[in-house]
Amino acid sequence: MNAIANLGRIFLSALERLGRAGLFLAETAAGTVTLVRRFPLVMQQVYAVGVLTLLIILVSGLFVGMVLGLQGYNTLVRFGAEDSLGLLVALSLVRELGPVVTALLFAGRAGSALTAEIGLMKATEQIAGMEMMAVDPVKRVIAPRLVAGIIAMPLLAALFSAIGVLGGHLVGVGLLGVDAGAFWSQMQSGVDFQEDIMSGVLKSLVFGVVCTWIAVFEGYDAVPTSEGVATATNHTVVYSSLAVLAIDFIMTSLLLTEV
Amino acid sequence: MNRKTLELWVGLFVAAGLLAIAMLAFKVGNLATADVLNAYVVKARFDNVGGLKAKSPVTMAGVRIGRVSGISFDNGKYQAVVTMAIDGRYQKIPADSSASILTSGLLGEQYVGFEPGGDERFLKDGDELMITQSALVLEKMIGQFLFGKASETPTNKK
Amino acid sequence: MNARRQKSPSGSSRKKTSGATVPSSLPAGDILVDVRDVHMNFGGRDVLRGLSLQIPRGSVTAIMGGSGCGKTTLMNLIGGRLKPTAGQILVDGQSVPDLEKDELFELRKRMALLFQTGALFTDLSVFENVAFPIREHTKLPEPILRKVVLMKLETVGLRGARDLMPSELSGGMARRVALARAIVMEPMMIMYDEPFTGLDPISKGVIAKLIRELNQSLGITSIVVSHDVAETCLISDYAYLVGDGRIIGQGTPAEVQKSGSEHVRQFMDGLPEGPVPYQYPTKTGYIDDLVAGNT
Repeated sequence: MNAIANLGRIFLSALERLGRAGLFLAETAAGTVTLVRRFPLVMQQVYAVGVLTLLIILVSGLFVGMVLGLQGYNTLVRFGAEDSLGLLVALSLVRELGPVVTALLFAGRAGSALTAEIGLMKATEQIAGMEMMAVDPVKRVIAPRLVAGIIAMPLLAALFSAIGVLGGHLVGVGLLGVDAGAFWSQMQSGVDFQEDIMSGVLKSLVFGVVCTWIAVFEGYDAVPTSEGVATATNHTVVYSSLAVLAIDFIMTSLLLTEV
Repeated sequence: MNRKTLELWVGLFVAAGLLAIAMLAFKVGNLATADVLNAYVVKARFDNVGGLKAKSPVTMAGVRIGRVSGISFDNGKYQAVVTMAIDGRYQKIPADSSASILTSGLLGEQYVGFEPGGDERFLKDGDELMITQSALVLEKMIGQFLFGKASETPTNKK
Repeated sequence: MNARRQKSPSGSSRKKTSGATVPSSLPAGDILVDVRDVHMNFGGRDVLRGLSLQIPRGSVTAIMGGSGCGKTTLMNLIGGRLKPTAGQILVDGQSVPDLEKDELFELRKRMALLFQTGALFTDLSVFENVAFPIREHTKLPEPILRKVVLMKLETVGLRGARDLMPSELSGGMARRVALARAIVMEPMMIMYDEPFTGLDPISKGVIAKLIRELNQSLGITSIVVSHDVAETCLISDYAYLVGDGRIIGQGTPAEVQKSGSEHVRQFMDGLPEGPVPYQYPTKTGYIDDLVAGNT
């Protein structure tokens, strides 16, 4: 009996928090209007979430592409279809791995940093101080970060996929001797701009909104102590990863049935 | 962090990201090849288009000269009407050329192949190709093959 | 403003009243902050129980009390960051809990709260920290903004530190920068939350001098919330003592220090035992627990 009541309470509090997060997102979205004339704020955040995440994205993308090249070659060569290696690498990256792995890395690198930063601002009374100076912290602190995340994510995902294709080329053509012409021409005839590339970009846009939203909300909602900030940072990574994988499944099934 | 350096980095980042999207679109994807310039449109009727889709390539002598821009169904003649966009560079295609739906490889994607005719006049915008050959449907071929075998056997016994 | 301050709070009328707990009879027109019978409840715990106080315009008023007696809650109530469970809070004639967000923000532009930690923005330099409210609320051209900011930094003696980051400042310097930021919009009132806590004697003296000077030169109404008796009494015109969620003593600092009330005496003299118990309340006695083996 008690266990069921506990379950109910946990469910209700989770629901309540989700509702608060939704309201928070709406408030932030409304706050982005004022950013038009304060673009330097967004620029600063694009640097923090985009440029500083770039290195890990590029290195990971290269390795993922190289592994795809190796694994794909070993499978395809059994069917004598190693000429399709380029297509396999490109499609996997553009449709799935690019947006998803980028979002996961983003959550770990940029998302956790956002949560920790905002949580610490709250713990050191900077948020409260801003409120007392009649400055809305949602507009001044949260909105630029959300916008920056939404800008940075698709660019990062595209860079990930692009360097991944180059990594696949490096291994497939350079190491395993797949014909370079076949590698590129099979890829070009098989990868559709609208269906594959744009759906990947759309995915990464959605992931950008979700990951940044979770990160800023966790930070803003954190218990203002060092322990609370640590917990919130942890939550950001866990919730973002789960959300990205679940949304990826939903979006993939929707995009595929649409075709 | 100096404001100028920050702006420079963000600018580089955005430029690199856009470049990556462009590379994906043109080098990885088919945006470059799918684009047919100054296209003119020709039509052809087929009894069966098989697995032909919009954006499938249109080739002549194995070279891509255009793409399928649309497939519709003619309710009067019970035929498929395939509209194709042909690149403006290829103006001198004889008007009596024939179009067939072919398959690249055994199970590959389907495309439209043009065979040149001998006419002095050339295809122009809005023309229709009169001689067409439909897609080969594997099940039908197997069916015909079996049917032929079946009808052969009794005559042999006679 | 200055003249009025010297006339009314430390004027002759109150000197004649002997008991510290006698309610003051201040003229209504002079009251900037009026807190009436405020109750505040946090998750079942009563932090404030019917607290009332008045802050005269242009004065330095001290609110003293032990840790956890609800002083900070009171500041947050006056600043509109919390809504009281019951009671009225009027600032400059406006009822703070009933204000819309826009109106509240307009009111807050005219008051400042100096946080215990200073609450400087860690990613901005000292100069940018002080410039922050101006940049947010006005479109002042850069040369004028520069002049205003440097003037305020000069007031707190830190013009030379303008390019430092907050992490490079000592506690006392950080609080002075925060003070410069608080006065940069020329507010009518500043609330100081524990301005002396954690500072060395020199920094304490500097902050005390600044609070006094700002009040005298700019006529800023000041509310000093502190448990630092000596420093606070030195600079304030009038003092309230908060305990147990309500006012337990008030008067000029001299009167409060002389008060015969047991409660006030304990706080002013720093006695471990008194009306405020040394022991955190327990349900059972220690001896009983020992006997029962529950320790």
